[in-house]
Amino acid sequence: MEKKQLTSYNQYIKRKWAILIGMLVLLLAACVLSLSAGSANLRIADILRTLFGGGNRQENAIIWNVRMPRVATAMVVGMALALSGCVMQNVLRNPLASASTLGVSQGASFGAAIAIVYFGAGIQVNAGGAASALTVTSPTIVTLFAFLGGIATTAVILALARFRGTSPATMVLAGVAISSMFTGGTALIQYFADDVMVATVVYWTFGSLGRAGWSEIAIIAVLSTAAFGFFFCNRWNYNAMESGTHTAKSLGVPVERLIVVSMLLCALISSVAVAFVGCISFIGLIASHIMRRFVGNDYRFLIPCSALCGSILLLLSDVVSRVLVAPTVLPIGALTSFLGAPLFLYLIVKGGKRK
Amino acid sequence: MIEIKDISFSYPDADILKGVGFTAESGEVVGLLGNNGAGKSTLVTCLNRIRKPKTGTLTIDGKNAFQLGRNELAKTVAYVAQKNELTHTTVFDCVLLGRKPYIKWSVSQEDLDICSRIMDRVGLLDYQMRYVDELSGGELQKVMLARALVAEPKLLLLDEPTSNLDPKNQYEMMALVQEVAKEKGITVITVIHDLNLALRFCDQFYFLKAGEGYSYGGIETVTPETLQAVYGIRAEVLDVKGRKTVIIE
Repeated sequence: MEKKQLTSYNQYIKRKWAILIGMLVLLLAACVLSLSAGSANLRIADILRTLFGGGNRQENAIIWNVRMPRVATAMVVGMALALSGCVMQNVLRNPLASASTLGVSQGASFGAAIAIVYFGAGIQVNAGGAASALTVTSPTIVTLFAFLGGIATTAVILALARFRGTSPATMVLAGVAISSMFTGGTALIQYFADDVMVATVVYWTFGSLGRAGWSEIAIIAVLSTAAFGFFFCNRWNYNAMESGTHTAKSLGVPVERLIVVSMLLCALISSVAVAFVGCISFIGLIASHIMRRFVGNDYRFLIPCSALCGSILLLLSDVVSRVLVAPTVLPIGALTSFLGAPLFLYLIVKGGKRK
Repeated sequence: MIEIKDISFSYPDADILKGVGFTAESGEVVGLLGNNGAGKSTLVTCLNRIRKPKTGTLTIDGKNAFQLGRNELAKTVAYVAQKNELTHTTVFDCVLLGRKPYIKWSVSQEDLDICSRIMDRVGLLDYQMRYVDELSGGELQKVMLARALVAEPKLLLLDEPTSNLDPKNQYEMMALVQEVAKEKGITVITVIHDLNLALRFCDQFYFLKAGEGYSYGGIETVTPETLQAVYGIRAEVLDVKGRKTVIIE
């Protein structure tokens, strides 16, 4: 009987592995799709040939200098946002937690705006001031300020959760208030800035995956991978947290330390992502909710699957943003909100029916 | 043997526990009794360091459990909370979580075997792949008990394990706890409100009154005088079909 029991458990675990592998395959497919989307009309065969070193000069330039940085940005930013959403929802015991709903992204955005306008992190404007040619001249300063903005928000949320014992609903309301405060702050900065700066900050808030270069991608990738390592090493602790903090403590989880370190890492990776690509909402919130439907609340699988799902969602959103009204590229932040909100509502309704 | 000595706990504005202590043998079920707010749940959570007591020690088989590391303590003292947050996970995964203090990088065959054996023992064999958020109260409490038992503890702390169960499930649950405690030599300390359930299944009775121990001992210590002093109720303790039964006036 025991053997039979273990067989069905092993089959169940194999199904989760199959889902994880399926997500990896989907990610590869989304990468190829994203590389093929654009005005240059490259066929998938051309793309694959170029990727393996057989492309001509023009194809190499398009793939490696234009599309690949964009794809890499979408992958690492999607992963960062999804990881932070997944872990925040766990440690705050709040299914609505994510960098954007708790105001962390808005705080980071505010910090980045200060760095751009007042601290010479500046913007380099190429080709007659076209918005698409705006790039950050000092990513380190922008990152630092974005992180400070994000971390300040995180500190307020942690303090509310710890000292006032706020309910999940109150915490999200606090996030709305904090977001509103930072949005107001960003508006004030715009009000007092000159025209170019206003355009820059407004453009910044739209979010764009074309903004990050390889050095920025490397920073987000290194930080997100390190955070992923920490989160994955703590997967059993997160599983225990799902049963409540008392049970987690009784199972040997250092609850307070886990919450603080996890939240700081979430704030770091989401702030850095915001610093380089602007505010991108809903990816962090919905990626883990989608994956929970397939792998349950088992963080052994939920953490890697959410990371992959975040990357896939952002890659597909980017494809939509480029092809919907081509050759105009729609702002990715606006698009993820536009598409993410209905999807989230659908998940809520479906979840309600299931219960 | 379990020895609890001089446990005190206070919040900045109130002393909750004042020098509480007693001893219990392996395989014994100790009922923690007292009014709401007497400090029963606080005592239970102090014993596994969920709350840090101001003073006191817990000695298990001669070793001071409070000096053990987090994981070692979790292997020695298991706990079933009064309220369990339900998550969308299978019964097997939920029970397997109890092996967390033993799991290093991946789950071993031994972990899986122990979970299977315990689930079999508590009657969860047919539920292993069901989701815990779809179970009834009685089934759920069995899952929580199984999760605590797979840690192979020496001391099992239960905080009102029968509070949300119907009478049939209450009796089944407590009978299971009593049987497993005897079989595996685990000392069980359980917070319990139903006096007749306690009389039926507990070996020792520790009455707490306003954070202090009022009386401790076997079934003979459950008297109308004790109940009057601890709960402020008038009650009779009668022999009904050979069992002591409390009848509240």
